[in-house]
Amino acid sequence: MNLITALARLLIFPGLLFAVPAAWFFLWVERKAVARMQGRVGPPFMQPVFDFIKLMGKSTPPRIGIGGALMRAWPLIAVSSAAGAVGLLPVLPASGGFQGDLILLLALLELPSICIIAAGFSSGSIFGEIGSAREAVLSVSYNIVFLLAVVSIAASQHTFSLAALAQQSASPLRWLGVLAILICLPAKLHLNPFSLPNAEQEIYSGPITEYAGPELAMWELSHGLEWVAATGLVATLAAPVVATWWAAALIFVALCLGLVLVLSVVAAATARLQIDTTVRFYWQCTLIFAVLAIASALFVRFRA
Amino acid sequence: MNLWKKLMCYSRRRSPWLFHMNGGSCNGCDIELVAALSPRYDAEQLGVRLEGSPRHADILCVTGPITHNAVNAIKTVYDQVLGPKAVVAIGSCPATTNVFVESRTLAGPLSKHIPVDVFVPGCPPRPDAIILGVAKAAGIIAERSAGDSPAKPVVMPLSGSACDENCACAKAEEVAK
Repeated sequence: MNLITALARLLIFPGLLFAVPAAWFFLWVERKAVARMQGRVGPPFMQPVFDFIKLMGKSTPPRIGIGGALMRAWPLIAVSSAAGAVGLLPVLPASGGFQGDLILLLALLELPSICIIAAGFSSGSIFGEIGSAREAVLSVSYNIVFLLAVVSIAASQHTFSLAALAQQSASPLRWLGVLAILICLPAKLHLNPFSLPNAEQEIYSGPITEYAGPELAMWELSHGLEWVAATGLVATLAAPVVATWWAAALIFVALCLGLVLVLSVVAAATARLQIDTTVRFYWQCTLIFAVLAIASALFVRFRA
Repeated sequence: MNLWKKLMCYSRRRSPWLFHMNGGSCNGCDIELVAALSPRYDAEQLGVRLEGSPRHADILCVTGPITHNAVNAIKTVYDQVLGPKAVVAIGSCPATTNVFVESRTLAGPLSKHIPVDVFVPGCPPRPDAIILGVAKAAGIIAERSAGDSPAKPVVMPLSGSACDENCACAKAEEVAK
């Protein structure tokens, strides 16, 4: 991957130029789907854009010292890492990539969550601290399953390169891994039934309670970009191999949109679980999937 | 006015986020405010969101006749809402202290303590009147931040029966446009 293709992927497609409108679109789809499920009409199409512009025009409280500087930095780090994660997705066939970019993608996908934990603690608000503690517990729970599932997919196909994974046709083993990833997505995106860190009726807005104005706009944007990156990862793993670039892009967007719809409908149809129920769900029920997936992947590999 | 300012003005009209503050209310107006977000009235069509943190909000919605206990909390929360902002007094209590007038437990009305932009009268006001008041407040935020003359407090008309030609939901759409 030379510098020009890398820049094109980061800045144009599937990077910033595509990812930011897609993030707003997915945020709208999420709100609209929830509204339709509740029998409401829901927000207009441009609502996330209006929200973003309005927040950019609001003032922020004075932030002093290193704590204040850190508080300003966390949302920016979250946005850039989520955008980087989207830029790594091998949407177009033969778009390059390098051995090990799957590991970089996982790290970039995890950074927004770490930023949220740090943001809650550095804000000094009691609600922020509770939200951060919950996010940390949640992150430890689902990440074991998430990482095991991704490793099982990589191990069964002998590669840590995203482009190579996207080029190979999906085996039954991969579907098991994709299923385990899907179960982790609501927790990764803070959706019901795992919306513990931002539980609005209990701890206000959780880690982002103290954020306002442009910083809050950055959190909203990073949440939207996380939507694109997380659904994009599943779409990359599940999409059939297509040679033409426009068909590949179309299938990618359609799969992402379908996933957003499914996750939003599940979020609207469920209530928030308690923290211990959530942890038990991931450690007791879902871990079996992941262990099964990685065990069979290793078995297949050693037999081959 | 350049394009960015126009866009900002339009966005401020279309994205009012509320923070709800109870100043000793009987809970009547609070229920009506929640009803405004319910499927029947669906204020989210105007971009309204009820926020948990005053830091996120544009419009502070105050209900109740402002008891002595509530005054300092309301002042603190008013300072926590960041500009440009507006205050909507929901119900007759924050406007006039209503039937509790001259009670020794009260420090109201609200306008003695913080500047109020929109009064929505009623005991309690109808949800469509509240939506109309919020849309009006969003318009005030947009006008004020665009540098127009400082807006005077607006008293919304008492809403009558639902959905005649003066229906508040029709007016709310006009205001939002």
